[in-house]
Amino acid sequence: MEPKSVTRLQPDIQEQKPRRRYVFLMSTPALLGLFMFLVIPFFMAVGMSFTDQRLLSPNETSWVGLRNYDRLLNVSGMVQEPVRDEAGQLVLDGDGQVEYPRLRTLLRSDPAMADYKLFSSWDLGEKRYIVLAKDPHFIQSFINTLLFVLLVVPLQCGLALALALLINRQLRGIFLYRTVFFSPVVTSIVVVSIVWSFLYHKDLGLFNHYLQAMSFGLIGPIDWLGDPAWSMPSIVIMSAWQAAGVQMLIFLAGLQGISPDLYEAADLDGAGPWSKFWHITLPGLRNTVVFVVISTTIQAFGLFTQVDVMTQGGPQGSTSTVMYHAVTKGFREQDIAYGSAISVIFFLVILGIALFQKRLFDSKGDK
Amino acid sequence: MSVKHLKTLGWYLFLTGIGYVFLFPLLFMLVSSLKPEQAIFADLYSIRAILPVGELSLDNYRQVFEKSNVSLYFWNSLFITVGTVIMGLFVNSLLAFTLSRMSWRGQKLVLAVVIALMIIPLEAIVVPLLLLASKLPSIGWEGGMLVLKSSWLNTLHVQMLPFVANSFFIFLFYQFFRDIPKDFDEAAELDGATPFQIYRHIIVPMSGPVFATVAILHFLLMWNQYIWPIMAVQGEDARPLMPGIQIFFGRQSSWGEIMAYASLVTLPVLAVFLMFQKKFVTSLAGAGIKG
Amino acid sequence: MQIVTPTLLSVVLMTTLSTSAVHASAEPALVKLWRHETSNIAEIEVNKAAVERFNQSQQRWKIEVEMIPEGSYTETVSAAALAGDLPCVLDMDQPVVPNFAWSGYLRPLKGLVSQEVLDSLIDSAKGTYKDDVYSIGQFEVALALFSRQSILKEHGIRIGTIEQPWTKEELLRALATLKASGKYAYPLEMRTGWKGEWYSYGYAPMLQSFGADQIDRSTYRTAEGLLNGKQAVAWGEFFQSLFAEGYVDRNPSDDKAFSQQRAALDYVGSWEMANHVTSFGDDLVVMPVPDFGSGPVVGGGSWHWGITQGCANPEGAAAFLDYILQPNEIAAMSEATGMIPSTPAAAELTEHYRTGGDWRFFYDYSAAYARLRPATPAYPIISSTFETMARNIKDGADVQDSLDQAVDTIERNISDNKGYGFN
Repeated sequence: MEPKSVTRLQPDIQEQKPRRRYVFLMSTPALLGLFMFLVIPFFMAVGMSFTDQRLLSPNETSWVGLRNYDRLLNVSGMVQEPVRDEAGQLVLDGDGQVEYPRLRTLLRSDPAMADYKLFSSWDLGEKRYIVLAKDPHFIQSFINTLLFVLLVVPLQCGLALALALLINRQLRGIFLYRTVFFSPVVTSIVVVSIVWSFLYHKDLGLFNHYLQAMSFGLIGPIDWLGDPAWSMPSIVIMSAWQAAGVQMLIFLAGLQGISPDLYEAADLDGAGPWSKFWHITLPGLRNTVVFVVISTTIQAFGLFTQVDVMTQGGPQGSTSTVMYHAVTKGFREQDIAYGSAISVIFFLVILGIALFQKRLFDSKGDK
Repeated sequence: MSVKHLKTLGWYLFLTGIGYVFLFPLLFMLVSSLKPEQAIFADLYSIRAILPVGELSLDNYRQVFEKSNVSLYFWNSLFITVGTVIMGLFVNSLLAFTLSRMSWRGQKLVLAVVIALMIIPLEAIVVPLLLLASKLPSIGWEGGMLVLKSSWLNTLHVQMLPFVANSFFIFLFYQFFRDIPKDFDEAAELDGATPFQIYRHIIVPMSGPVFATVAILHFLLMWNQYIWPIMAVQGEDARPLMPGIQIFFGRQSSWGEIMAYASLVTLPVLAVFLMFQKKFVTSLAGAGIKG
Repeated sequence: MQIVTPTLLSVVLMTTLSTSAVHASAEPALVKLWRHETSNIAEIEVNKAAVERFNQSQQRWKIEVEMIPEGSYTETVSAAALAGDLPCVLDMDQPVVPNFAWSGYLRPLKGLVSQEVLDSLIDSAKGTYKDDVYSIGQFEVALALFSRQSILKEHGIRIGTIEQPWTKEELLRALATLKASGKYAYPLEMRTGWKGEWYSYGYAPMLQSFGADQIDRSTYRTAEGLLNGKQAVAWGEFFQSLFAEGYVDRNPSDDKAFSQQRAALDYVGSWEMANHVTSFGDDLVVMPVPDFGSGPVVGGGSWHWGITQGCANPEGAAAFLDYILQPNEIAAMSEATGMIPSTPAAAELTEHYRTGGDWRFFYDYSAAYARLRPATPAYPIISSTFETMARNIKDGADVQDSLDQAVDTIERNISDNKGYGFN
């Protein structure tokens, strides 16, 4: 359209009405979408989490108050004394181990405790310390998710920063390497999980082969996905590898935003590479780091696809995550009220962590 | 050779080594998809694992097409992705336009709400969204007849409409539009241009980069959707690629076929990526630095 | 939304107009059918052919088939029921029939399907809940232990028979011998990589042969003492030892170890019979599953067909079921897939299962050892809990704790569902 300037119209009261109509027409589609598919489901989740709604059941839905939250979050502890005979001597079992009363019998006999299950226990001295939970699987999934976040965020962000520093130099053909480092990002995580399941295989996998070749047979074979101790780290490594390209680019843009004058000045002062990194690069990247860390953390909390494709939460629940538990309970076992309660907790945790990280970085940045 | 040259060579070697780490799973996938099962295992522990050597054929691909309805899933994925991206570009940029270049009552509040919504991850709402989608009526196509369906589940649009409006993309548009000098639209407004005309003829032509950024991010998001389709879509008719390959994998098909399937899913995106790789890279970097 | 809906609508409307103009009259009524997407291609092919034949044989109904992935079939059906999106005809694994019936998805078949067909079927080919038949099947399957004569002979291992199946000790001895030979990294293939119902179908019979069960079948409300009792623990320890001793691969990369001669024994359903015969011919040996103390047990009940409540054309659906349950159709399915026919008349029409046929023993064997899975609406949760539990035990978790957890999960689910109608 060629704006033809003939008469100058004064923006007056008369114009406000059609303008308002334009605002309405132009903003409604997106707002309606956000409202329908983000706000409503969110409040549905909150509402449903106080009921026993099931995805499909001939039974009536009823309010259950905080029952779902109680089951998810209720953790308790107890200390057990070993079994002693009449003379007060410790009773030893067949293997010469101190015997304790069977926990299950104790819990089942007490109506107040009947809902609790064993989460974990330690023997210390002559006592057994027991942690109980109403849904030990959720507590485990929550801890697994935290572990994943704590491992993957530094690894992925560190890797991304290292890659960005590597390719932030004037070398011919450097863009080729940038493309290569970025290529896993355009490969879907489902495909990556499938291909890596093969690479991780204990007997056939290439990783064990490389590992053994490089360590002259000293290390391995590791049962990457089959060993509860290794399964989560395996998913961490793969996830960091797949996604680091995105953060690499963001860091690269950040690096290129730092004025070269600063480095030149540092060179004149005779500063070494480390000193330049600490005193120029990192402070210059502060905003970028905040963004990258927060967004990576939020993404990491939603871990689901890799687990669903590679391990289905196993072995022994070692890779079950909050989202995996939510989908298992809410969709596969049809307890949608319980799944909703998990979703609400998931959201609150994300919100808390994002606010906490923001505050942390803000206070550090204040001089 | 001077020290400087040696140093440069060292850098190249180092970068190539790291590049191998990033590339070999992809190479292994592509190469294995062309080999018969025995050859994959025979070549496993040598450099041949990532080289297209030996007896190569498209047999695995043929098997995949025979055993799985890949082409249907492919078109579904393409339709869902392209359709959502196009609708999204339009809808999200329109809202961003009203937020950044017009003034109206409640504007500040709406902007604050949009920014606040960025924190809600998709994962937090999929479970209730499933119940919602199951209760929304829709119109379906069955046996040459238009039928009223009592839910959105098992449709293409259930995979599209919930993901059209996106607060992060609105925010990206908002930031970009905000920084365009106001002189242009003020002049146009004085000439009697409507807000939509200003959007269409002034803002959009000046906002190529942000449209490219959002299109690419939205494309990747939609193409790789997994958790939502496995819950909301069970039948074959509307199934996209990602659940398709997961099901194929879950059936313990032969590895050659799995790799062929994986390659089929990856190659289109890889091709688009290589074609537009420069745009891709600057877009993504830009999205991050501003957010 | 505002922008989208009109476009979608108009596209749909336009297509409607153009299509309905072409087919103006006398279209056969459409009857939608869902079936699970099994890896057994022959089964799908035969089924598709039968649908073709049925559609050709009459003009009133047209069956349209849709494939649903097997791994999540039960959830899929539930989700579709939620959406009011169930097809007319549904195939389903027999043990989930009580759940579907309780949920109200299914119609009782009496009065729809001909009485003659219902009467002709063997018991495990009928899925019942509270005395009504809700599903009927074309075939039955049975678990078996496959091996090869040459292997057993070479290692001096006795061939188990129906009269005298292997005992637990005999199985363990055989496995030790085979493992010691160094020829087999994992001598027994048990399809541990399969997901979903296989765990309950394949391994719960072992548990039952040890004398335990998945739930108390007299009340269907509790599993305490059965699923975590002494016999169950004995099963769990045995099951764990198979992996700990390296007899079975904990995370197999595929399910072809036996057919590719990497394993000497294959513990799997009779549906693999046809494949194995093709691979090994006369060398193949089929043995009954071992007796772990309470007699050999195989799971009864395979995939069945049912008609949904929401079906608009139940007569069409019933006509289809009547059609595929004719002896010649059942026999065609059996011939192509090797599955056990579900009527005696059909069995007589097959090469292998007729009286005197070379696989006839399967027919008798399944009749003798088959135990149906618990007929309760709680079965889906029992099955998925059993799978999680067995996987944990396989991966080395404490046996008693894993069993206790399974009992707790099942009992909590039953009480949350107000007993599933059992009081």
